[in-house]
Amino acid sequence: MATKILMPKLSDTMTEGVILKWLKKEGEKVKQGETLVEIESDKADMELEAYDSGILRKIMIPEGGKAEIGVPIAIIAEANEDISALLTDTTPAAQQIPKTETAKEASKSLPPSSQPASSIVADGRVIASPLAKRLATENKIELRAISGSGPQGRIIKRDVEPLLSGKKTLQFKPAVPIIRGGHRDVELSLIRKTIAIRMQESKQTVPHFYVTGEIDMEPAIAFREQLNTATNSKISFTDILVKAAAMTLMNHPSINATYLGNTTRQFGEAHIAVAVALDEGLVTPVLRNCEQKTILQINSELHDLAERARSRKLKPEEYQGATFTISNLGMFGVEDFVAIINPPEGAILAVGSIIEKPVVKKGQIIIGHTMKVTLSSDHRIIDGSIAARFLQDLKILIEKPVALML
Amino acid sequence: MPVVSIREALNQAMDEEMARDERVFLMGEEVAQYNGAYKVSQGLLTKYGPKRIIDTPIAEAGFSGIGIGAAMVGLRPIVEFMTWNFSLVAFDQIVNNAAQMLSMSGGNFNVPIVFRGPGGAAHSLAATHSQALESIYAHFPGLKVVMPSNSRDAKGLLKTAIRDNNPVVFIESEMMYGEKGEIPEGEYTIPFGVGEVIKEGTDVTIVSWSRILQHIAVKAVGRLAEEGISVELIDPRTIKPMDWELIFNSVKKTNRLVIVEEGWPFAGVGAQISHEVSNHCFDYLDAPVERVTQEDVPLPYAHNLEIASLPNIQKVIRAVRKVMYLD
Repeated sequence: MATKILMPKLSDTMTEGVILKWLKKEGEKVKQGETLVEIESDKADMELEAYDSGILRKIMIPEGGKAEIGVPIAIIAEANEDISALLTDTTPAAQQIPKTETAKEASKSLPPSSQPASSIVADGRVIASPLAKRLATENKIELRAISGSGPQGRIIKRDVEPLLSGKKTLQFKPAVPIIRGGHRDVELSLIRKTIAIRMQESKQTVPHFYVTGEIDMEPAIAFREQLNTATNSKISFTDILVKAAAMTLMNHPSINATYLGNTTRQFGEAHIAVAVALDEGLVTPVLRNCEQKTILQINSELHDLAERARSRKLKPEEYQGATFTISNLGMFGVEDFVAIINPPEGAILAVGSIIEKPVVKKGQIIIGHTMKVTLSSDHRIIDGSIAARFLQDLKILIEKPVALML
Repeated sequence: MPVVSIREALNQAMDEEMARDERVFLMGEEVAQYNGAYKVSQGLLTKYGPKRIIDTPIAEAGFSGIGIGAAMVGLRPIVEFMTWNFSLVAFDQIVNNAAQMLSMSGGNFNVPIVFRGPGGAAHSLAATHSQALESIYAHFPGLKVVMPSNSRDAKGLLKTAIRDNNPVVFIESEMMYGEKGEIPEGEYTIPFGVGEVIKEGTDVTIVSWSRILQHIAVKAVGRLAEEGISVELIDPRTIKPMDWELIFNSVKKTNRLVIVEEGWPFAGVGAQISHEVSNHCFDYLDAPVERVTQEDVPLPYAHNLEIASLPNIQKVIRAVRKVMYLD
């Protein structure tokens, strides 16, 4: 049967989308589940999968073209099928049919499965099999946090089941018994549940490896003091690290990247997420285009984002779409630690405390200040030598911080 | 245990019941002198004589009506249709008299009659001689519909049918008369409404019956096992009454159901099963119930089109993979 592919609603705020790239040509065969087109929404670039098999008969919006949500962008049909009726009809679905139908149509052309919200249709309903719904209710799992793998993003048993075992581990095998003489079951916050799912998914699917380096922080300490005195501001080591990481990433595109099966997508911009700890869990506001920003800009933006993160006022687009993450536990006296990659990013940098300790310089033992950083990398796209070179370059920048002003 | 063909099993059932109860008699086209069009009544004329094994004219409405009348006044007729396709000529008798007499007469007249014969497609018999009519007869209150898939069930269920005090539609398969299977030694009956788990499984439940069960579903289940898919295969044995608990319990375990039947899709037996399961197992379903049926067209004569139209192994595998979200 001939099917119109409509411009999907890829975020709550999206009104129109841009066709970035057609991955199929007119006349080419399309299989259900294959990526058909890359679409730019107001939040991110997303891939749209085909939900029917057939022949891509007509591309109605070319690459670079814009279309409102619900407007047909292509037609998939059998080879000999008459599609003339569909061709003439290019008005948005939203104008043709009642509202509830629009939601249905939009969900048909579906957001990509890598998005956790893909099982939620425009009217806010979660699409899940009755069994998945029952399992979720019985086990107090938030279905909204789960990504569905069934048709139209339907959440099915296999999407919920991994969480059941994960939950049991959390509930029944606490590492440290906190409550004396009894136990307490604490309902997880929504943030906590999301972290649980995403971190478990990351550790189970992303092959992590870790490279640790030690950085001499004497120059950076002096540099920061100078900056703060000169500008009368409160620049933090995190601000400096964000800038240094962004600049280093520009020279290491294979780290500023994501794994896409047969390809790795390398990003030309450094959108760096910085982990901010809240009582309910961790949030990671994203600083965009850090490669273009000054340390001062980064400082004020990060301050603003962190403040709003603490008051829970971040918009979804402000904590999504990073290409790299920095997690700094330096303020807690941690010498070093390893972090879990936040998919779909390719790497994360874990930063320890600046520690005063004896160091050897020019053959002499003196009192120095050093900081350890550990890069966790996705081994599917990053090798040890690449990670090591990244750390090397990062170390050079931080140890000669004047280069950060370039 | 003795191994007998379904043909012999049915013959034994009639023979034993006629010996046990002199009110039981058989009539139909070619059942006496010719020993039955498919030799199911082999030897019965010699044994019981022409008063109890009666050749009829080619007049289904007439001899069905005579059978119903005989049943109303105390006999226990078995009426053989050369095929169930010909029962359509006697449809009025079966539906309006046999099925409804007990209710219409305020409980005064039981109709203890068995209508039996082969149903479904064979090889290139074309549309009018290939029909699977179980859903039509199961539609009417007052009729029981029985569809055995092996020798043991054929004998045990036919004996139960003959002893039943109400009309029973007993549908055999022309293609299976020669298929052999073990039957228990000596006297036994099998109750209506008790299905059987042919094979236990964990991933998906298949409900199927009669020839399609043995010739299609069993083979598909074997192929799926090679792919690592564990199917629980259920033979309800009687379409009405249906063993709902057996099906519900299986679906609650596997969370997925595929119904494989020879009949057409619209208002078929599988449609009813699908409804009952969605009603009783709603919170256990992980995928919509799938059905494999004959295509919604009169069955073609051309053999290649006949094969394409009927349920086949590939269609069953496809349906199972669909409910498992594997494609």
